[in-house]
Amino acid sequence: MRVISIAGQEPEPASCNEESGVVRKISLPLARREFLKGSGLLFGSLATGTLLASLAPSNAWALELKKLSTAEGQTLMAMGRVLYPHKKLPNAVYALLAKDLDAKAGSDASAATLLQEGIAGLDSLAGGAFVKASAAKKEAIVRGVEGTAFFGAVRAQCVTSIYDNDMAFAVFGYPGSAWEKGGYITRGFQDLKWLPTPSRDASPAPYMG
Amino acid sequence: MATFDFSDDSVVLIIGSGAGGGTLANELCQKGIKVVVLEAGAMQSSATFINDEWKSFSQLAWLDKRTTSGTWRIAKDFAGLPTWICKTVGGTTTHWAGASLRLQDHEFRARSVYGDLKGANLLDWPITLKELEPYYAKAEYKMGVTRTNGIPGLPGNNNFKVLHAGATRLGYKEVHTGNMAINSQPRDDRGRCMQLGFCFQGCKSGAKWSTLYTEIPKAEATGNFEIRPLSHASRIEHNTSGKVTGVVYFDKDGKEQRQKARIVCVAGNSIETPRLLLLSASNMFKDGLANSSGQVGRNYMRHMTGTVYAAFKNPVHMYKGTTMAGIVRDEAGHKPSRGFVGGYELETLSLGIPFMAAFLNPGGWGSEFAWWMDHYTNLAGMWLVGEDMPRETNRVTLNTDIKDQWGNYAPNVHFDDHENDIAMRNHAFTQAERIYQAAGSIRSFRTPPYPSTHNMGTSRMSARAQDGVVNKWGQTHDIPNLFISDGSQFTTGGAENPTLTIVSLAIRQADYIARQMIERAI
Repeated sequence: MRVISIAGQEPEPASCNEESGVVRKISLPLARREFLKGSGLLFGSLATGTLLASLAPSNAWALELKKLSTAEGQTLMAMGRVLYPHKKLPNAVYALLAKDLDAKAGSDASAATLLQEGIAGLDSLAGGAFVKASAAKKEAIVRGVEGTAFFGAVRAQCVTSIYDNDMAFAVFGYPGSAWEKGGYITRGFQDLKWLPTPSRDASPAPYMG
Repeated sequence: MATFDFSDDSVVLIIGSGAGGGTLANELCQKGIKVVVLEAGAMQSSATFINDEWKSFSQLAWLDKRTTSGTWRIAKDFAGLPTWICKTVGGTTTHWAGASLRLQDHEFRARSVYGDLKGANLLDWPITLKELEPYYAKAEYKMGVTRTNGIPGLPGNNNFKVLHAGATRLGYKEVHTGNMAINSQPRDDRGRCMQLGFCFQGCKSGAKWSTLYTEIPKAEATGNFEIRPLSHASRIEHNTSGKVTGVVYFDKDGKEQRQKARIVCVAGNSIETPRLLLLSASNMFKDGLANSSGQVGRNYMRHMTGTVYAAFKNPVHMYKGTTMAGIVRDEAGHKPSRGFVGGYELETLSLGIPFMAAFLNPGGWGSEFAWWMDHYTNLAGMWLVGEDMPRETNRVTLNTDIKDQWGNYAPNVHFDDHENDIAMRNHAFTQAERIYQAAGSIRSFRTPPYPSTHNMGTSRMSARAQDGVVNKWGQTHDIPNLFISDGSQFTTGGAENPTLTIVSLAIRQADYIARQMIERAI
């Protein structure tokens, strides 16, 4: 998918300039803004060679925010990484946290206020931008807001946003749904070899017909 | 399916279709008795069950408004979710793990054997193990419990191998794949277990016994049975003689209906059953139905529980296969030298990634927490389940500040651990850790009790009317045609998973109700 660059060039509209070779911007009924209906955009790519990159249809991902700004979304992603730090999980998973909190903000004004004020608070404690603080400073800041309603809302959201998705399953080695594959009776439910096999009394043989 | 008129006051009306209600219904129908079952939940099936923890939870769990209070950690971490039980046809037999153990002889005599513990409301059951034995046998045959009736035990999965290795090295003797109501070979027109690992999410192969696809269709086949799903009981009505006459409920369209009945049996599990009795208060019964003792809602028990997860250097993949087919029974007896009365069982347990994130350490975060999730494939887990003390102050009451979707007061569940519960839990945690150390664990984690999956005691059996709510048949002391048919009847909890006892009591209660009806006593 082609990533839409926000910082664009400004070629002269509707004029003919043979020398520059720049593709003319023709004035279309759709303004650039309308491709980006949202308030913010998060995007990235899955590192090539990783398990997820091999499973995903493409390496690039993008997520439109409806209520929060890009900076706010990125701050939530960064806070998610402090709360639940997994080197193996790509940004795409933490973007799901931002997505789900953004949806809450979009449907509930008080949730939006809670999140936006909380994010502003993190930035203020970082003396600028939370996302730019060191890892140690970030953790100290998050620990400092532990117990606040903002902290509680973000942490609780992490439980499902970060862990209840196919990317997380793949990274942590959890295959998910089993029935459509016939369960595990022929797929290694008792394949562990590094401990002794229990007696037949304790663990009878499986019935295979 | 038969259909009965709202005004047909010759029927037995059962509220709830789970282990108690579903079994009672079938047993009565087999005897030619007409039964109407009201079930608050919807009709699902193995086809509609979902191998996805959160989606399944939304589909099957009882999620109506509830509140909590007391010092139990649930009131802090899961304030609106005191239990993980079901609102669906088949009740919690859709979600349960299948563990089917008989209570022990001394557990029916807890007060006599354990003594009068301060802060506990111990009482002997008005029945003995000997009286229940024939019914336990019938239940084990009905449910197809492994290691009974010539049914082989289930094969042990990787999680069991870890439990078995550690437990036997530590010196435990009674270690095996359990007494499970899960087919180890085809039986009762149902296939054998495919080791799916989603037992808690409804068995998609039907190998696990559930009233949904056993008792209920068998009842239907008699022609004496009608079940009304999406029918939420709101009030049990009575006449001026103090006999119950029927139940008012909200039907699938949200309309209030009244079904008359000759006999009403309440089997809504241990939160809704006392709640309904309390909601049915009237001028004649100001404290709720069948509550002359004041014990309705009291003595709520949830079993001492906890979980230990341990990490190993090598993979386990504990999620593969039957969730709870693994047990160590050596600690189940009464050995006060350990520092507490009563005993506990150690049973294998596994959660998927989504539920591990929610329940391993509720509220936990940071690199310590993340470490456990990172090591998921190398984890083994076991659940500890033991006898907790009945306490008058542990109780279900009506929360008059909060109403449910029908305008009825929501239930509040208040719970404080008894010091016996705490001592037992600490012992169990330590033993579980030692088992895993003996198997080579590198770290272990003590997980606190989950929202309660075992709920008992809130309409308990007693010999004397002033000590409980029902007699030895589950018949309420105060109202002869009102019965309690679920785990609310339990006088004490014992160490064992409750379902087999609930089913056994239901089979026995059906015999009694049939005799009473023939004699026209009720």
